[in-house]
Order: sequence, then structure tokens, then C-alpha cells
Amino acid sequence: MDLKLLDTLTQTFGPSGYEDAIRDVLLEAVEPHADEVRVDTLGSLIALRKGAGEVPKKVILAAHMDEIGVIATHVEESGFVRFTSLGGVRALSHVGQRVVFHIGSDVCTGVIYLERMDPPKLPGLRNLYVDVGATSRDDCPVHVGDTGVFVGPLAQQGTRLVSKAMDDRVGCYILVEILRRLESSPNDVYFAFTTQEEVGLVGARTSAFRIDPDLAVSIDVTATGDMPKSLPMDVSLGKGPAVKVKDSGMIAHPLVRDGLVAAAEEVGSPYQMEILVGGTTDAAAMQLTRSGVPSGCLSVPCRYVHSTAEMVDAADVEHAVDVLLAFLSKPV
Amino acid sequence: MSDLINHLEALSNAPGISGAEIEVRKTLRPLLTDHVDAMRVDAMGNLIAHKAGTGASPLRVMITAHMDEVGLMVIGHNSDGTLKVHSVGGISDRLLPGLTVLVGKKSLPGVIGLQAIHRASGLARAPRISQLAVDIGAKSKDGVEGVAPVGTPIVFATRFRRVGQSCIGKAFDDRAGCAILTELLRGDPYPFDVIGAFTVQEEVGLRGAAVAAYAENPDFGITLEGTLADDMPKEDEDVSPTTALGKGTAISVMDRSYITPPRLLRHFVRVADEAGIAYQFKQPGIGGTDSGAVHRARAGIPAITLAVPCRYIHGPASLLRVSDLAATRDLADAGIRRLATEAPRSAVQRGRIRGLDAR
Repeated sequence: MDLKLLDTLTQTFGPSGYEDAIRDVLLEAVEPHADEVRVDTLGSLIALRKGAGEVPKKVILAAHMDEIGVIATHVEESGFVRFTSLGGVRALSHVGQRVVFHIGSDVCTGVIYLERMDPPKLPGLRNLYVDVGATSRDDCPVHVGDTGVFVGPLAQQGTRLVSKAMDDRVGCYILVEILRRLESSPNDVYFAFTTQEEVGLVGARTSAFRIDPDLAVSIDVTATGDMPKSLPMDVSLGKGPAVKVKDSGMIAHPLVRDGLVAAAEEVGSPYQMEILVGGTTDAAAMQLTRSGVPSGCLSVPCRYVHSTAEMVDAADVEHAVDVLLAFLSKPV
Repeated sequence: MSDLINHLEALSNAPGISGAEIEVRKTLRPLLTDHVDAMRVDAMGNLIAHKAGTGASPLRVMITAHMDEVGLMVIGHNSDGTLKVHSVGGISDRLLPGLTVLVGKKSLPGVIGLQAIHRASGLARAPRISQLAVDIGAKSKDGVEGVAPVGTPIVFATRFRRVGQSCIGKAFDDRAGCAILTELLRGDPYPFDVIGAFTVQEEVGLRGAAVAAYAENPDFGITLEGTLADDMPKEDEDVSPTTALGKGTAISVMDRSYITPPRLLRHFVRVADEAGIAYQFKQPGIGGTDSGAVHRARAGIPAITLAVPCRYIHGPASLLRVSDLAATRDLADAGIRRLATEAPRSAVQRGRIRGLDAR
């Protein structure tokens, strides 16, 4: 596994709507391996590897570049910063965590904490604030509209990998690896690193409209059911990539679902069948492009999604690359 | 300036809840006829005006303002001749008891009363809309169904007034935007073709704008709005006012419906700074506007919302400052004109890289 690449990808700044930095990193990674590279109107990065066939069909592989983050909404007289979410940010997951604001070329670290609530109750984002060490509004480096991401360095523990933004930088990693290893495909393969997935699948929707594909697959994380007293779910870490059957936004097209299963069996990769009750991916938007696109998803099982310590298994990630390479080797 | 206020007055007084915007279209058309090259009304009821540019730039820019206001709709009839109603768009139920309204095409006056709850336990508790009824003075149900059938739209009976540096009236969200767009379309041609989209059904889901953006597919979309100003005193609390009166036009960074592309945001901020136009940033994460529908149309359209701060929106009477109305008009005009020479090409400052299919 190219841990250096995964480290760079997970640690590069890029909350929804502000993906310039992560796009620059990905651009550098994909350019040597693509026939054509383009950035579309809302910022998604599209790398095309042309197909070898006579009349190649168009396939999109999509992974989103954006991570969840925060945006400052108000600076109090005292210098504490109030914020709201970019994407799905659960208040409980971030109390006591560090956040980093990128302001121009400056970087400002803060601590997220909680108002005292008596009697205690479940906090919302309105009960949280960020302490950047300012003593007043006048000396606070953060202003309304400034954006930040959570702090969570990449760590390896056996075969487990933990970092913030595995959702969906691990998907971006998989796409880069496929692009590096793909020798030839009968299909035109569009590697779409999409923007603003976390705020409404925006980049996927708009880039799929332009590409007008014949088939679409998203590569994203999914939850697992293997933690203590977790929601029942038949997906576990380390048991292989998950072929999505259904999530809250999409029922996978049987051709795509069965095609991914066949590809996994062909390369002898372990795999799991996935139904995700809460959450969806770029595939849900791509499926409804124009007059419809057969769509599905290959998921990387991930514990603690949308926390600062998302955990995946390295073997699942590597198998995902193998499965998709096999999938692409046949005309869709 | 007086033109802008006169247009705002006429537009504010016109009735037009979501789905029933015809009177607003009728008010707008004669104001635009001699100043635009073409007008059409599409299947949803959007009024789309085309104003040809000087030919200096190949850009196409769409400016959007929604015609619909929040209001009520007749959903049934009580045996005593009063009307059962429900809200169209977001209205807080507790604002309603006792208000005067105008019902239907003929603007029949009515009063929102209470349905028998006031005597017993209900006094301390604000009634839900299902407990309210509109009284148009009928003695019984006979004949009422013919006069105000199910589906009849109802608006607040507020008349526009200029009060010193302020204006009071209904529906400043978004007749303020419509008034500004009217003024822009009546002005000098732009360096490029401009589409003025007076949209329908924004309040119930940005529906008209989605259709207009799909049809027109512009290079940029600018939405003009009347937005929430919550700058009234709040005792000890140090909270954001969202926007404040008298602080200039409110530029959106991000709301529940979209995120402004950073380069487009910087363009308008730079124009405002250089032209000395007063502006503020709307509190991120509040509300949604037509930009939410425009930005996700087709292959994506960079969009931004500029708004006039208005107190008490989504209620019977809003209040705005004339200076904020003017600042919004000024920044919209200057910022849009300068797109011709300084258009931030969406996310690609560098330009295309070994380009794919041309647009």
C-alpha cells in the first residue's frame, strides 16, 4: 500500500466547497496516467483513460474529494468562534477535538468545546464553540465565513488504518491506484474526483450530466456492524470490500451489483453484500442523471464514519482496487 | 432611487403566493417591455426576459429573483362560513391570529380568527394553523365554496409605506429582489447577454429556478433576495444577527442550499471594496435561495446570492432600509458588469488542462 499517498490525501485540506488544495494534490497524482484531464465548472477533477474498444462505453468511477468541515458563523465579543457544519457534523463527535482553519495562507488551530448544560442533554452544534486563543473579537484571526477541518493524523495499527477524512480520501486513493495500475480497458473510464458530496452529491450530479455515462460506480466508505452494540449490519472490517445492494438514496442496479460480485469472484477477493440504512453516496445522484444511468457502489468498510478517527482495513482497500480493475477489464 | 422604490411599492402590494404569481407577472411586464429584447413565460410560470448585450463578451449571465411570497391557501370550509386554511411556504403559526388578509383574485378582505379555543386552556399556548380560520364575513357555508373554493390563494393585507429611511410592506422577500432586477433590466445594456429570470415557487422548494436554469444554462447565476435580519436587541445574548439593517448588502458565503464558489465570492467582495459599496456576510448556514437550484443545474453553474436585509420576513410586514436596497442594486450591477473582464472561470483559474469535450 502507498501509505505516503494515503497520508497526503487524508491530511490535505478540503472541506465541501473549498477543495482547491486536495484537487491540486490529486491532479499531480493522476496527470501522468491519464489521457485527458479536466476540471469542471463546480470544481470536480475528471481524468479520462480512453478505452481500447471500437465503440467504447463510458464508465464513471467516482470518489468525492471533499471532507466534512466547519465554517465560522459568528465571533463573540470574547473571541470565541461559533460555527456551523459543512456536511454532516455530529456535535458529540467533536467535543474536545482540534480544528484547523485555513485563512488565506495562514493556519489557525482551535479547540472545540461545549457550553455547560445543566441538566446535561445531548448537545447540538449551537452548544459548541471554538477557542483559538483569542482574547476578544478584535484579535481573533478567524472571521465569519472562514472554513476549517478537523485534526486527525493517519495512524497504522496492524492492518487497521485510522485517520480523519478516510471518507472519502480512501476512495480517492483507490481511484489513483486503479489509474496507476490500469493497463487497458475496453471502456472509456472517467475517474471523477467529485466536489461537495457531503452537502448534497453536488459534484457527482453535475459532472455526470456533462459526461453522460453508460454506467456509474461510486467508491466510498460504508459503516460496519462489528462494534459493541452497534446497529445490526452484516458488514465487518477486514472481510473484504462491500458490494452495495441498497442505501438510503439508491438501490444498486443489478447489473452493476452482480458485475462487481463477479469481478470479486474472478480475482478471488473476499467481499460482502452491503445494505446501509443511514447514508448514501455519489451513485444516488449519478443514477438520476438525464434519462437514468445504471449505477452502483463498491464500499470500503469503515468504523466511526464522520469522526476524526475513521478506521479502515488495509486489505479491504487493496482488494477494492483488484475488484475494480477486474470489473473494468470487461466491456460494461 | 425613486424608481426603485416605486417599483418595490407596486410589487410589494401585488398578491402572488407560490403557484399563483400571475399578478406579479402582470405588474412586471409593462415595466420591462421597452427595455428588453424578448420575454417569455415558461411552463411553470417563470417570467424570463432577455436583454441583449453590446457584444463585447460571449458570456451569458442569469439574474434571478423570485416572484412568489409566503401566504395561505383555502383547504376547506367550516359550517359557519369561515375558511379552513394552510400555509404555503414557511410561516410561523403564532404570527397569524388576528391578522387581516385578502382572499382570492378579487382580494376579498378577511380576518384570521380563532376557532373556539380561547376560552379554556388554550390561551397561553399559541394555536396551530389547523385551529385557525379565515373569516370573510359569510353568515354560513352556503355560497362560500363558490366564492372562495379550495385552492384559493390568500395574502397578508399589508400596504406598502415609505417611512423615512425605511420601507414597510409585505413580501420584501423577494419583491425587493424583483424591484432591483427590474431596475437592472431597465438600465444600460451589459457587455454580454443578460437573462432576467423572475421565478416562481421558490418558497416551496426553489422549483421555478431549477427549470429556468436548465432552460437557459448560463455561465453564471446571480440571485437577488430579501433575507432575514435578526438584529433586534437580545438582552445578554451574543449571537449573530444573521444580517443587520444599515450595514449594506448581504453576500452569501454558504447556506442550507449551496456554497458560493470562493473565486466568485472574492470577485464580488473585490468589486464592493473598490467601488466603496457597503456589504456584510450573511451568517453562514441560514436559509436557502434560488442559487441552490441554479448551481446544480445541468453540468453546474457558479452561483451567488446578494440579499437586502429585511426584518420580520415571512410575516405580514417586513422592514428594510433604502440604503441597503441601493447597495444591493449597486453591487449587483457593478459585480455583474465586471464579470466581462474578470470572470473567475469557476474553479479553473489555470484554464483547462489538455481539455476534454468542449462545453
